[in-house]
Amino acid sequence: MAGKPKLHYTKGRGKMESIRWLLAAAGVEFEEEFIEKKEDLEKLRSDGVLLFQQVPMVEMDGMRMVQTRAILSYIAGKYNLYGKDLKERAWIDMYVEGTTDLMGMIMYLPFQPADTKEKNLALIIERATTRYFPVYEKALKDHGQDYLVGNKLSWADVHLLEAILMAEECKPDILSAFPLLQAFKGRISNIPTIKKFLQPGSQRKPPTDEKFVAVVRKIFNI
Amino acid sequence: MAAGDCTAIAEILRNQARGTMSGKPKLHYFNGRGRMEPIRWLLAAAGVEFEESYLEKKEDLTKLRKDGSLLFQQVPMVEIDGMKLVQTRAILNYIATKYNLYGKDLKERALIDMYVEGLFDLNELLMMHVYLPADQQDQNFANMMDKAENRYFPVFEKVLKDHGKDFLVGNQLSKADVQLLEVILMVEEDKPDILAKFPLLQSFKARISNIPTIKKFLQPGSQRKPPTRPEEVPDVMKIFDP
Repeated sequence: MAGKPKLHYTKGRGKMESIRWLLAAAGVEFEEEFIEKKEDLEKLRSDGVLLFQQVPMVEMDGMRMVQTRAILSYIAGKYNLYGKDLKERAWIDMYVEGTTDLMGMIMYLPFQPADTKEKNLALIIERATTRYFPVYEKALKDHGQDYLVGNKLSWADVHLLEAILMAEECKPDILSAFPLLQAFKGRISNIPTIKKFLQPGSQRKPPTDEKFVAVVRKIFNI
Repeated sequence: MAAGDCTAIAEILRNQARGTMSGKPKLHYFNGRGRMEPIRWLLAAAGVEFEESYLEKKEDLTKLRKDGSLLFQQVPMVEIDGMKLVQTRAILNYIATKYNLYGKDLKERALIDMYVEGLFDLNELLMMHVYLPADQQDQNFANMMDKAENRYFPVFEKVLKDHGKDFLVGNQLSKADVQLLEVILMVEEDKPDILAKFPLLQSFKARISNIPTIKKFLQPGSQRKPPTRPEEVPDVMKIFDP
């Protein structure tokens, strides 16, 4: 029975946000069931629907998929966002792992002790501007094309846009030294499916604030 | 196309494949397990000979960075097929696909990915253990063993039980089987009886260990690395410290 994919997670970004982005970019409508309290997570666990007792979990194509990267790879493969051959896939994988590392740092920031926040934020900005963004700026410069890999929209482009917007939330002028990334951002944001996702009222989630941190801590016992 | 064109093109293709002098993949890492070990396992399982260039001091890492060989300034890095691949998962995915260890279709790939990602999470705990401050190690050890015994191994025991086949996915060897064997052996180094409650994993372990390429990798003298000893940790940290 081919219904819409159904996402199980909290009502925040976390590890599910990249999945929301990719489904949206692919033009795939999806439903969400939100974990609001500890008991919701416990119910999913006791129902036996979480392979490793963890979320994200996405019900899709008769599977209960878990593990963020497994889910993202499946969506990318299914909707033709994973390049045309083995070598293009390797480049997409490398680029996505870089943006995953960067977004991972940003994601954990609200959960760090208050006295380390300033230091961690500085590290994020340093990594973004000296380790990660230069790589993507160079990739675009070297081939002069609109997309990171294979002259065609891929998971790598969607993931990079997500990372850029998250980094800008940390420092609004973070792209000041990266003109091609600025153009990239404008271009990819204008893709109709992505433009729609960026509008108010979409299923895109806001940044995690202190209040939500407390909710998440309770649900996951962290 | 003239015969000369074919020869020239063949030469170009050969040179692309022959990124290293020998044509074999070349692994850049320190002389220990860390994040490179799953890659060594997978290449070995696929029967692919590989070379290794070891980082022994900070200057070795600095040189690779200065040469522009490391996309994100990090290792592991593997020279293969004319590329300098980085990021463990990207490298493993490439090897798995190239050597037919990634299932036959998208759904099998999804299952393999799910299993491998779970094993990676357990592997993180194991790999990190020796680098933790002494006062965190007891708790981490207990957590590792608890997760192995109650979260991860039961899943794979059930998978094997449910389909009754020899391999985790699609009735053929995949990177999921190789990764599971690697993790089983690592946990057993810390707790030899960890598989006591998992009879199917015990026979899985024996079966996969007996595959000729893997059997060879398990013998002394192979490129498999021993666990990093606590006394080696300072030297490793010196290479990677900013």
